[in-house]
Amino acid sequence: MRSARFRLTPVHIILLICGIGMFLPFYWMLTTALKTPLEALKFPPTFFPDTLKFSNFIEIFREVALLRYFINTIFIAIAALVGVLFTSILAAYAFAKFEFWGRDVVFILFLALMMIPLPVYLVPSYMILFRLGWIDTYLALIIPWTVNIFSIFLLRQHIKTLPQDLFDAAKIDGCGSFRTLWQVVVPLSKPMIVTIAIFDVIASWNSFFWPLIVTHSDSIRPLQVGLAYFSREFSTNYPLLMAASTLAIFPLIVLFFFAQKQIIQSYARTGLKE
Amino acid sequence: MNKKFKAALIGFAYLAPALIILLSFRIIPILLSVRISLYDWGMAGATKFVGFANYLQVLSDPIFWSSLLNTFWYALFTVPAMLFLSLTIAVLLNQKIKGLGFYRTLYYLPVVTSIVAVSIVWKWLFNPERGLLNYLLSLINVSSIQWLEDPRGLFTLIFEPMGIHLPSGLAGPSIALCSLIVMSIWKGLGYNIVIFLAGLQNIPNQYYEAAKIDGAGSFRLFRNVTWPLLTPTTFYILIMSTIVAFEAFAQVWIMTGPPPGGPLGTTKVVMYYFYEQSFELWRMGYGAAIAFIAFLIILGLTIFQRQVLEKRVHYA
Repeated sequence: MRSARFRLTPVHIILLICGIGMFLPFYWMLTTALKTPLEALKFPPTFFPDTLKFSNFIEIFREVALLRYFINTIFIAIAALVGVLFTSILAAYAFAKFEFWGRDVVFILFLALMMIPLPVYLVPSYMILFRLGWIDTYLALIIPWTVNIFSIFLLRQHIKTLPQDLFDAAKIDGCGSFRTLWQVVVPLSKPMIVTIAIFDVIASWNSFFWPLIVTHSDSIRPLQVGLAYFSREFSTNYPLLMAASTLAIFPLIVLFFFAQKQIIQSYARTGLKE
Repeated sequence: MNKKFKAALIGFAYLAPALIILLSFRIIPILLSVRISLYDWGMAGATKFVGFANYLQVLSDPIFWSSLLNTFWYALFTVPAMLFLSLTIAVLLNQKIKGLGFYRTLYYLPVVTSIVAVSIVWKWLFNPERGLLNYLLSLINVSSIQWLEDPRGLFTLIFEPMGIHLPSGLAGPSIALCSLIVMSIWKGLGYNIVIFLAGLQNIPNQYYEAAKIDGAGSFRLFRNVTWPLLTPTTFYILIMSTIVAFEAFAQVWIMTGPPPGGPLGTTKVVMYYFYEQSFELWRMGYGAAIAFIAFLIILGLTIFQRQVLEKRVHYA
């Protein structure tokens, strides 16, 4: 036992050194966020702040509409999530369990759409949103993101693995297709639905390009866009910048710690699915 | 017949919510995009039909080519470095070591954090006068680097002292672009480690046992068992990370400049060029043409990777 442990030490040293490298930016963010502006600019820098200025985290809310950005992002994320779950569950069920004319054509169309990169449809999407009068409203941030083709695909694959007997039994008991969906499919697909939800929340929390383009006024901006503009305005106030960044990533880090296994397994599983 | 019609009606009723959204914000836009790219289309709308003039103009714009070259360098450095590092770490993590969960969390943290926050933090780390990185370099007596502010090419810096003068196309990624590359590797590493770990755990143990009985050492074990059986995973990561490399945008917007894409345009990648033309200069027809050309290049690259490399992939 002892010798086995001893042999593994070089591996641990390599992994730890790399690990410190991975963590250092986070450490630097957190400690800078607690420094005074003067101490942050000290060179050589201090690894442990002389005084812990927690008030930076309060000051930041006075300097920038951070609270507003948070509320916007949470609202957008929840609304888009409800939409994604609704559209994915219905579509995945139809793709997996129904036989009808045109099903396979539409499915292949969906998969093909997944391969078209954002820039190809961004310009006309902007124009459509403009015509609808949705630019600079929540609608532009939510409605186009209420469908996620990859989620439909994942859920379809999952529903296909459910035993056919269940569906036959439901049919014999006089259960209609919609009731079967709610009472059989959804309860049995909970892990996959959670996976989809986690993916979706992470994606909408972090999304930047789309909201940058479809929003103009500060009051509508989600967190990432507000943070990005803030970083341009206050480009030298490092403690405040780091405090804002810390707050912006904190909710996802918390989510990550709670659902770590789920998240990593989901990424690993879905990544390999081709 | 009637029954078939009814089945289709029910089926499409279930598909309708997804289909309507996709029609409005994907399918119709993609078709419209073709049309827009053929017009001189500004903020006020289409002014005149210009045929393929936008495409020809993109292809003759030196800034397009330099942004493509920047993207190319970015991908060429990020992708192999990421593959090598993530595979090494994944192999080390796969030895049933203690603290696997701890390490995995550590490496995975950057993946779930937003690119915006991460860019802000790294811009601070890269600060030439006050940044942590230059301080750490000063500890080992390396003179400070200008990081995001240095437009000089990497290859130029390496070969110039030897008396070799390189043409500007071969100057390599600027130090500023290299800074973005370093950050991107840090950010994407954890994702690839997790995918590699899953791939490694899928390799049946009996292959290793058989090879060990035949007297294979750990290097040959890797060379003859792990590497070939891992090729589907490696192939997947290669294709995905190439596509992701073409999507780099937020880093440039936040970390470089002003104006973004600087210094001297050496960090202006294709995605940023597209954004600038379409949504800052409002040349939407031109932007649509850029988008199609970039899409064809990525598509071509993906097909090329499949054609050339897929023969070497062993699907177990």
